[in-house]
Amino acid sequence: MRQKLDSEEALEKFRTKLLADKEKKPSIMISICHGTGCQAYGCGKVSEAFREAISRLNAQDKIEVKITGCHGFCERGTVVVVEPGEVFYQRVKPEDSTEIVSSLLDGGGVVERLLYTDAFTGERFVKRSDVPFYKKQLRLIFGDNGHIDPTCIEDYIAIGGYTALSKAIFHMSPEEIIEEVKRSGLRGRGGAGFPTGNKWEFCRRAKGSPKYVVVNADEGDPGAYMDRSLLEGNPHSVLEGLIIGAYAIGASEGYIYVRHEYPLAVHNVRIAIQQARELGILGTNILNSGFDFDVHIVRGVGAFVCGEETALIASIEGRRGMPRSRPPFPAISGLWGKPTNINNVETWANVPLIINKGADWYSAIGTKTSKGTKIFSLVGKVNNTGLVEVPMGITLAEIIFDIGGGIKDSKKFKAVQTGGPSGGCLPASLLDLPVDFESLAAAGSIMGSGGMIVADEDTCMVDLTKYFLNFTQAESCGKCPPCRVGTRQMLGILERIVKGEGRPGDIELLERVAMTVKQGSLCGLGQTAPNPVLTTLRYFRDEYEAHINEKRCPALVCKDLISFYILPDKCQGCMICMRSCPVEAISGGKRLVHVVDQNKCTKCGTCVDVCPPRFSAVVKVSGERVEVPAQPVPVQKPE
Amino acid sequence: MSDEFVQVVEEYRGEKGALISILQGVQEKFGYLSAEAISKIARLCRLSESEVFGVASFYTQFYFTPRGRHKIKVCLGTACHVRGAVRVLERLEQSLGIKSGETTPDYNFTLETVNCIGACALGPVVTIDEDYFGQMNPEKVDQVLNLAKS
Repeated sequence: MRQKLDSEEALEKFRTKLLADKEKKPSIMISICHGTGCQAYGCGKVSEAFREAISRLNAQDKIEVKITGCHGFCERGTVVVVEPGEVFYQRVKPEDSTEIVSSLLDGGGVVERLLYTDAFTGERFVKRSDVPFYKKQLRLIFGDNGHIDPTCIEDYIAIGGYTALSKAIFHMSPEEIIEEVKRSGLRGRGGAGFPTGNKWEFCRRAKGSPKYVVVNADEGDPGAYMDRSLLEGNPHSVLEGLIIGAYAIGASEGYIYVRHEYPLAVHNVRIAIQQARELGILGTNILNSGFDFDVHIVRGVGAFVCGEETALIASIEGRRGMPRSRPPFPAISGLWGKPTNINNVETWANVPLIINKGADWYSAIGTKTSKGTKIFSLVGKVNNTGLVEVPMGITLAEIIFDIGGGIKDSKKFKAVQTGGPSGGCLPASLLDLPVDFESLAAAGSIMGSGGMIVADEDTCMVDLTKYFLNFTQAESCGKCPPCRVGTRQMLGILERIVKGEGRPGDIELLERVAMTVKQGSLCGLGQTAPNPVLTTLRYFRDEYEAHINEKRCPALVCKDLISFYILPDKCQGCMICMRSCPVEAISGGKRLVHVVDQNKCTKCGTCVDVCPPRFSAVVKVSGERVEVPAQPVPVQKPE
Repeated sequence: MSDEFVQVVEEYRGEKGALISILQGVQEKFGYLSAEAISKIARLCRLSESEVFGVASFYTQFYFTPRGRHKIKVCLGTACHVRGAVRVLERLEQSLGIKSGETTPDYNFTLETVNCIGACALGPVVTIDEDYFGQMNPEKVDQVLNLAKS
């Protein structure tokens, strides 16, 4: 049990003591990423191996292992960073631990083979901040993840945690805090980009009590996971922002609404709340200031629409998560009919920074209308996948090529999808577009919560659009007809286009339905659901036309429009594809050219994957016929 | 089952908006929400059965039939989708002999899809119970299934 801190001075004294204790601790720290990505790589075993190696080599007084949240470079897990020196090791396996520990004991040499090596130049990087993936980033919100154990409030306090809170409640009036947030230019990171300070002001001025503040962690956008990583890796930063917001608004109770799929986030937030209560940072009479505030966790139950604030409120109240029309806005009548302020996880995490460093400092970062940084999840067909935090206004090309290292397998870039299922697909011609709220909107997309999914030449834009519509159609709550019926109709049209049954006029029909859904829907889900359709029609119309007019899928994705053939002049009759075909659609034998039975083939593509590259005998085509024998014939070419 | 049942409901008595938490608690204990469970919850919460079922059926994470010992989830988030998650799902369906949303007759496996589990950098991702398997492809499916069976 921790001792309650009863004043600003007590908090500072506690911090001084923590820092003094740190001096006595081992001077070398091995920080090991335990984010969800690295967990899939088996980081648990890596940490175990390090602990074991340290004790075996009797280095407990020199080296300490720190389990941290997500470091961001998920592609290269398990990520391990050695301090001091910021030595960045990637793809670390348990068996590497002894070598790393020994190198540290031998006077700080580095293990070259585990360093990040640039695939093109062959250059090796020792320091994390020199690695191209990190170099252009500005990790103000996300950067502390790598330094602290998220289950230990002392770690957060040692790096200056809760200084913003004590500054806010002891030295600022609620109005001053709101003014500071307004002047900082902070806008909501959940999607719509509404100015946060203004939102707080509405709620503060609203009549009614109690007032509520809510953290929206129902991160439902497929392809976005920054909120998850923040809650998992640095829950106190979100909590601190929330307490400051509650004080400014005059709220006494808060809710954190976390997605069902994020059990580790729930776990870490629960611990954070517990520890903050023990220290008197949360609960009644916070730091003896007279301010009372406490938080509940609510777990979502798997409904995308609950990310919409009125639906989220309904869900917390224990009802079906359906949105309602606004006004009244939640700031006037929200949870249980009381004034309620809802912000996204990342928005809350920005607040301590603004209070600590000031609005002037914060507003110097970014563009004229979009201030600060934004975390994106850079995923899909890009080399360096992971979470990246960049100043607003950076271009798409800088994110995808400089940070992301370009497209996987040297393929060609086709599109980047921003803003989740409500966003749009932007083509290569827009790669120089600065990433800010206004520029993305002008291009037909949105910032959204920050998903950035890269598609290469092997991605069919019609199929991708169908994928999004499938999602929004299934997640539409069904309350208002434009969304309920419209998304289903758009999906139906897309389904027939990818089947090769598209009709002349389908494109125009899609556009008409899309505009109706956009203009007629009740909430953000429906209003933005047509965005993928509208942007792909705007930038990739030729792909729709190929599907409809030529019954051809240019990216060779849509199953009803592609065929697999085995080229007789290349096939060596090795029987590998024959044995791998899950539906036994390939006939042939040893040294007999194999033949695909087009009626049996399910177009799974296994034969292409398994055909040895030195033969490359299987081809995938669309809209063309390949001349092949009807029955297996002896192989012509010598082996 | 009644004692345990009442215990779950009692935990939330007096809390506003507790219905979803109660449903979650009951499902965690019993694995799914049976018709009997729904009607009991309704009685204990003084709601109609249709109200309780109406709320439960709105959310995808409530189940009304028993599920398998191992839950296999295939992520169909966008990042996984562009990296070929559908092919991984198809192979799993083939290997298990069931469709997504179904349970094997021996109640060993339930196969489900999920819209995004937030491990996008590793796509395609499959989870079996608490374990994550990243960068999946159809060829790795049987390997991973064998691991789960053992």
